[in-house]
Amino acid sequence: MKRIKTYLQPEYVIERLKDRCNKCKICVRECTYNVHIYNPKRDEILSRDEYCVNCQRCVVFCPTKAIRVRKNPNTYRENYHWTEEVIRSIKQQAETGRILLTGMGCDKPHLTYWDRLLLNASQVTNPSIDPLREPIEIRTYLGKKSEHVNINYKDGGDISLETELAPQLRLETPILFAAMSFGAVNLNVHRALARAAAEYGTYFNTGEGGLHPSLYKYSDHIIIQVASGRFGVNAEYLNKGAAIEIKIGQGAKPGIGGHLPGEKVREEIAKLRMIPVGTDALSPAPHHDIYSIEDLKQLVHALKEATDYTKPVAVKIAAVHNSAAIASGIVRADADIIVLDGVRGSTGAAPKVIRDNVGIPIELALASVDKRLRDEGIRNEVSIIVSGGIRSSADVVKAIALGADAVYIGTAALVAMGCTLCQRCYTGRCPWGIATTDPEISKRIDPDVASARLKNLLQAWSMEIKEILGGMGMNAIESLRGNRLQLRAVGLNDAELKVLGVKAAGE
Amino acid sequence: MLRSVKLEGDTAIINAEYLDHKSMNRILKSMDSEGIRRVKIKNVYGIRYIGAGMKSNMDIEIYGTPGNDLGIFMDGLRITVHGNVQDGCGNTMNSGEIIVHGHGGDIVGYSMRGGAIYVRGDVGYRAGIHMKGYGDRNPVLVIGGEARDFLGEYMAGGIILILGLNMKKRMFNMRFVGSGMHGGVIYLRGRIDRLGEGVEAAEVNEEDMKIIGRLAEKFCRYFNYEMDEVMDQEFMKVIPLSHRPYGGLYTR
Repeated sequence: MKRIKTYLQPEYVIERLKDRCNKCKICVRECTYNVHIYNPKRDEILSRDEYCVNCQRCVVFCPTKAIRVRKNPNTYRENYHWTEEVIRSIKQQAETGRILLTGMGCDKPHLTYWDRLLLNASQVTNPSIDPLREPIEIRTYLGKKSEHVNINYKDGGDISLETELAPQLRLETPILFAAMSFGAVNLNVHRALARAAAEYGTYFNTGEGGLHPSLYKYSDHIIIQVASGRFGVNAEYLNKGAAIEIKIGQGAKPGIGGHLPGEKVREEIAKLRMIPVGTDALSPAPHHDIYSIEDLKQLVHALKEATDYTKPVAVKIAAVHNSAAIASGIVRADADIIVLDGVRGSTGAAPKVIRDNVGIPIELALASVDKRLRDEGIRNEVSIIVSGGIRSSADVVKAIALGADAVYIGTAALVAMGCTLCQRCYTGRCPWGIATTDPEISKRIDPDVASARLKNLLQAWSMEIKEILGGMGMNAIESLRGNRLQLRAVGLNDAELKVLGVKAAGE
Repeated sequence: MLRSVKLEGDTAIINAEYLDHKSMNRILKSMDSEGIRRVKIKNVYGIRYIGAGMKSNMDIEIYGTPGNDLGIFMDGLRITVHGNVQDGCGNTMNSGEIIVHGHGGDIVGYSMRGGAIYVRGDVGYRAGIHMKGYGDRNPVLVIGGEARDFLGEYMAGGIILILGLNMKKRMFNMRFVGSGMHGGVIYLRGRIDRLGEGVEAAEVNEEDMKIIGRLAEKFCRYFNYEMDEVMDQEFMKVIPLSHRPYGGLYTR
């Protein structure tokens, strides 16, 4: 067959301001996609627009600010139905016959409910609280909560707890770092996440790629993940976390397995996962030992057996149509924590059609799961963590008001470290040194700096959460949990309001 | 709990009749820490997770039928089962040995990382799937009888040897062998005319025969077979066509 000429035009074009460029070649060095090339014969720097993904690395590092990356002005005729993206996708598939791969979370505008939900504040009838002057409690415990507690009152006034409490995770702020595997990101990123979690008093999730032994010292702040590929899973690993998470599904790609492209499977990653170097690390779509709730219960118990019932076990599912019923099953399977990951959840690699079309918004799934578990009288049996596109402290507060105990942040954490959401994580050439395992490019993440940036983000959001709580007249985040009266909606229809359990603004 | 345990010389005998899995593993772990190296468990009727996650060189003999996930995550135990095992035997085991004098259920050796499983009889669906291997760590699954579909699916390392000793014909009947396999090797005693996608059947070489011989010898020793009985037929192997069976599926 004849080679097919591509009809695709570059998405972005590079403009180099001649009067500013001093040919220092930093852009040539910084671009991992070889967009900028230096021609010594003519002493000039050229750009190959077709490789540019608009990651902004060269723009940020250009000392004379000489580079502009612009959307290619040569766009197709405007059409609301046949958008630029649609046309490009069709052409690309017509030229390759393959599945479109992408990275990060769904980038479409129509799936966010957070922006339709507004928060309450105290006015006249109950006083608001100033968090700068009065303590506001945002510490959060995750795990099963006992229905009753029996207390022993002893002579002399001493008391002790008779009820044996289920193991709990203690969070100083209701925010955890979401699962991102060693392989999807590099060790420097894991180091930064682990250190920030440990120093701030929260948790980092290993994702499905095992835990590098150099991070064992952060054990008390690590949630270790067990997924269908069982990569890196052994008894030692299971005991090196404060909790264990069984990953059934992921918001970015519900129903399909994991796929770490071979480009990223280098020596260290292969060793930890115990697979050949350079192969695609494949996690099957289902766990082949879990075909039912009863089977899930079996893995939950097997993990508890292997860790002597000392650690909470979480089960992570993608938010899908029957999440509420599935969540009820997860509680009955004896899990301590449910993790719900919404349609906007991110990934290092997923088929674009799945990422953008499969699953439901986390806001709706969370509200229906929380309601279902309360209706069944089992909400105390489990904590709920939600994830999938949490962008700000406001999203965190709204999630908690809708019934979450805590949130996971993945993309927000990466953005704090440098990510610009260019969506090319699967290439393994991340110019910001995050979604790459290339030893040279990985050096772009300095764990000291990156962990400081992460801690700053946690601190900033935590302060904002306290501000919002204080404004509502609450001094503890417990008072907000599932408290939908603190939410009002704008621009939603009756069905959506009913699912969310929220009144319309003004009502 | 204590009623269920007695000592005979250096061997502890556990009567499993009235035990649940939690107490069973608690007993095994406390015996291990007390230095008991040999344990016999009698009257086992479906107790799950025996030996789960145990890091020990204890020698455990089981009489009866252990339940699902026997030896899951185990690290170093030697378990001999006088009976059949159910699903998930040796699930994600790290090292050690499981010897089954009967048949195995589904997903025997799922995601094994090291050690060996020897099954005298048949195994169910998806045996040895996602077995791993790296450097000198090379898990082994030896099956005396036949297996059902998807043997060695997603296999990334390790060795499966399937002998088909009870087969009337010399042709294996299982389907989708090695689908998505990207590492490791499956040796078959006999022929197979249909394979999973992304794998090929190949002739065994001298090096392969050495490995087969070594594993067959152990098999014979464990289950009282003569080497001649086992080595009387030709072997072949199934190996992945590529390290990246799905590399060509996506466009960026």
